[in-house]
Amino acid sequence: MNVILVAVIALGVLGLVLAAVLFLTAKKFAVEEDPRIAQVTEVLPGANCGGCGFPGCGGFAEACVKAADGGSLEGKLCPVGGQPVMEQVAGILGMTAEAGEQRVAVVRCNGTCANRPRTAQYDGVRSCRIAHNTAGGETGCFFGCLGCGDCVAACPFDAIHMNPETGLPEVDESTCTACGKCTKACPRGIIELRPMGKKGRRMVVRCVNKDKGPVAKKACAVACIGCGKCVKTCEFEAITLENNLAYIDPAKCRLCRKCEDACPQGTILAMNFPPRKPKAEAPATPEAKPVTPQEPAAKESPAAPAVPAAEPTPVVIPTVEPAPKAPETQNV
Amino acid sequence: MKTFRIGGVHPEENKLSAGKKIEVMELPKQAVFPLSQHIGAPAVPCVAKGDLVKVGTKIADAGGFVSAPIHSSVSGKVAKIDTIVDASGYRKPAIIIDVEGDEWEPTIDRSEALVRDTTLEPKEIVARVQEAGIVGMGGACFPAHVKLSPRTPVDVVIINAVECEPYLTADHSLMMEKPDEILVGVSLIMKAVGVKKAYIAIENNKPDAIALMQEKAKGFAGIEVCPLRVKYPQGGEKQLIDAVVGRQVPNPPALPADVGAIVQNVGTAFAIYEAVMKNKPLFERVVTVTGKSVTEPKNLLTRMGTPMSLLIERAGGMPEDTGKVIGGGPMMGKALLNTDVPVCKGSSGILLMTEKESLRGEAQPCIRCSKCVTACPMGLEPYLLQKLAEHTDWERAEAEQIMTCIECGSCQFTCPAHRPLLDWIRMGKGTVGGIIRARNAK
Repeated sequence: MNVILVAVIALGVLGLVLAAVLFLTAKKFAVEEDPRIAQVTEVLPGANCGGCGFPGCGGFAEACVKAADGGSLEGKLCPVGGQPVMEQVAGILGMTAEAGEQRVAVVRCNGTCANRPRTAQYDGVRSCRIAHNTAGGETGCFFGCLGCGDCVAACPFDAIHMNPETGLPEVDESTCTACGKCTKACPRGIIELRPMGKKGRRMVVRCVNKDKGPVAKKACAVACIGCGKCVKTCEFEAITLENNLAYIDPAKCRLCRKCEDACPQGTILAMNFPPRKPKAEAPATPEAKPVTPQEPAAKESPAAPAVPAAEPTPVVIPTVEPAPKAPETQNV
Repeated sequence: MKTFRIGGVHPEENKLSAGKKIEVMELPKQAVFPLSQHIGAPAVPCVAKGDLVKVGTKIADAGGFVSAPIHSSVSGKVAKIDTIVDASGYRKPAIIIDVEGDEWEPTIDRSEALVRDTTLEPKEIVARVQEAGIVGMGGACFPAHVKLSPRTPVDVVIINAVECEPYLTADHSLMMEKPDEILVGVSLIMKAVGVKKAYIAIENNKPDAIALMQEKAKGFAGIEVCPLRVKYPQGGEKQLIDAVVGRQVPNPPALPADVGAIVQNVGTAFAIYEAVMKNKPLFERVVTVTGKSVTEPKNLLTRMGTPMSLLIERAGGMPEDTGKVIGGGPMMGKALLNTDVPVCKGSSGILLMTEKESLRGEAQPCIRCSKCVTACPMGLEPYLLQKLAEHTDWERAEAEQIMTCIECGSCQFTCPAHRPLLDWIRMGKGTVGGIIRARNAK
C-alpha cells in the first residue's frame, strides 16, 4: 500500500514540476505570429493547390499579409476561391480587393482521331512527358496533344478528363479553378489559362502547330496553316500571326466571331456561344451581320478531305529502346 | 579473357549479316543531309538553293568547336533547305540535294592504294579530321577532333571494335575488308594525341576479325589487339576502358581523358585514314540492314543522305510482319517514325523487328528482385531512379547519380516485370541535366 502511495505522490510531484517548466518555456520562447495569417488561412479554400504561385494556402496567406503591410494586394489572387474569397481576405486585412479576372484552362488542340491521322504508334509508357521526350508523336503533328493524360493526372479538382472518342482532354469549366497545374504538366504547352470572358464566351485558336502551312495541313485537318485570313478580318487587331500560328489576344477580342468565319481550316472556335441563328443575338458588336446558316458544315469538317489515310510511310512503332525480349536464358 | 567488372547482360547475338561482304549501295535520287548529325551545335549551311555541288563538297560549316561540318555525298543541285523528320523522331532542318551524275571533288584520292606514311604534324592531322567532319561512328556522333584534343595528357588509345549491340556487323565487316586502312588510321590517332600504345578491343564472338587484325597489327608499332569476353554494353566508353586497361572513369563531369585514355570507334579510325591520307571527307559509311524476317541481311556501303527505305529495299524489302523499324541496334537504337529517314553519320544499322519481337510486355509492379541493380554497368539502382523520376524527386535523383546512367538499357532488358525503367530514367536525366545547367549558368 505504502509503495503505491509513494509512487503516486512522487510521479504527481514530478508531473507538476515538469508542467511548470513546460509552461514557462512556452511563455518565454513563444513564436509571435501575425494573427491575421491564421484568419486569412481560415477563409482560403484549403486545397493547397499552389495555383496562386505560393506553397499552399498557408504560404499564400503569409504573402497576402506581407503584401497588405506593403500597402497593396495587387497581383494576389486565389484562383480557386476567386473574387469572393479575395474580398474576404481583403476585409480581414482592411484593404479593398481588386477585381481580378476569372480565368479558365483552355485546350488549344483539336487534333481528334478523325482530324489527325496516325502515322506511327507509340507503345511506351503512357505519360506525355516521356512520349514527348521520345519522338515527335504518333501523328504528323509534332506540336499537338499526345493524349496520354498528364493533365488529367495533374488536376487537383477533377476538372479535366480525356474524351475517349476524340482522344483529347476536355475541361469542365464549372470545376476548373485556373490553378494552372495542367498547363505546367503539359509538355507541349497546349493548355492555356484564358480569361473566362463574358458568360464564358471566348474565341480560341485551337492549334499550336508552328509548322508551315502544307506540313501542318497534311498532319491535321484542322491545323492552323498561318494563312493570316483571320488577322486581316479582325477589326480590333486582336489576332497576331507568329511562326505560322495565329493567336487571339483575349484582352483585345470583342467576340465578333468574324475570324471564325474567315478561317478556312475551322481552327478558330467560338466557345460557349449560343447556337447561331440567322438573326444572331449579336454579341457586343453592332455590325455583326446576320450570317447565312452555312456554318455547321464548316465547323466540324468530318475528317476525310485533306489527308489521304494511306500515307506512303509505313506504320512504325516508336519506342526508345526496345530490348528484344527473345530468350530469357541469361543472367540470374 | 578480359571484360568489364560491374554488371552487364547477354542479349542474344543474332549477327545475321556476319561474314557478308560489304556491298556498295546505289545512289539515291535525292539525298537529305540533316544539319544536326552530331552532338553539339548544329552545322550552318554554306550552300543555297540551286547551287551545284560535287561529291565531297562542303555544304555546311561547323556551328562551333563541338560541332562538325557536313559534306555532300552526291553530286547535283541543292533543291531546298527545309525541315525533315530525322532518325531522332523530330523535325529538324536539313539540306536536300537532287542527285545528278556522280562527279567527285578532284582533291579526293579515289585510288585503292594503301598510303602508310605521312609527314603531317599532329596538329595538322587533327585539323584535317575536323575539316572532314568526322564524328564518332559508333552511334553517339561525338565530334572526333574534340576527342583528339584532350585537355589532360593521355597515354593509351583504345579502338572500339567491340560491336556489342546484337545484330550489327558494320564494324566487323569493315575490319574484315579494310584492316590495313584501319591500322593506319589507328596510328594516325596515336600520332595526333602523342601516344605510344593502342589497343584494338574486339569481342571474342568475332574470332576471324581478331585473327586478321592480330596478323596485320604485327606491321604496326605499338598496336595490340585485345580480345574481350562477350558482354553487353562492352562498347560503352567507360566499360571499354575498364575492360581493356582496368581504369575506372569517375562520375560525370569526368571524361575518359581524365584517366589517360581515348576511345575511338573502329569506323572512326577508318574515316580518319580516308580523311587524312585520301583527303576524303566523311560522306559514306557501312550500314547493316538486318532482322529475323529480312530476306537478305546485308552490310551496305552507303552514301549519307540515302533514305533508309532504299536500303531496306536492297535487303529484300520490308517483311510483312515488321512491327518496328529501328535505327541502330536493338539495345540502344531508336524506333523510326518513318523509313524516309536519311542515313546519317551515326547510322550503324537498320533493324526490322517482327511484330512479335517488338511488343513490350505489360509492366507489372516491381518486386525488388534487384536484377536491374545487378545488370547496371554503372553500379546504379535503376528501380530507384525510375521511382524518383516518376515522383519528380529531382534532388534525390541527382544525389543517386542519375546523370551517370549511360542509357544502355540493360536494366530494362533484364527486368522480369517488364518495367519501363529506362524510359523514366532518360526523362529524369533530361530534367536533372536541365536543372544542373541552369544552376551552373547562375
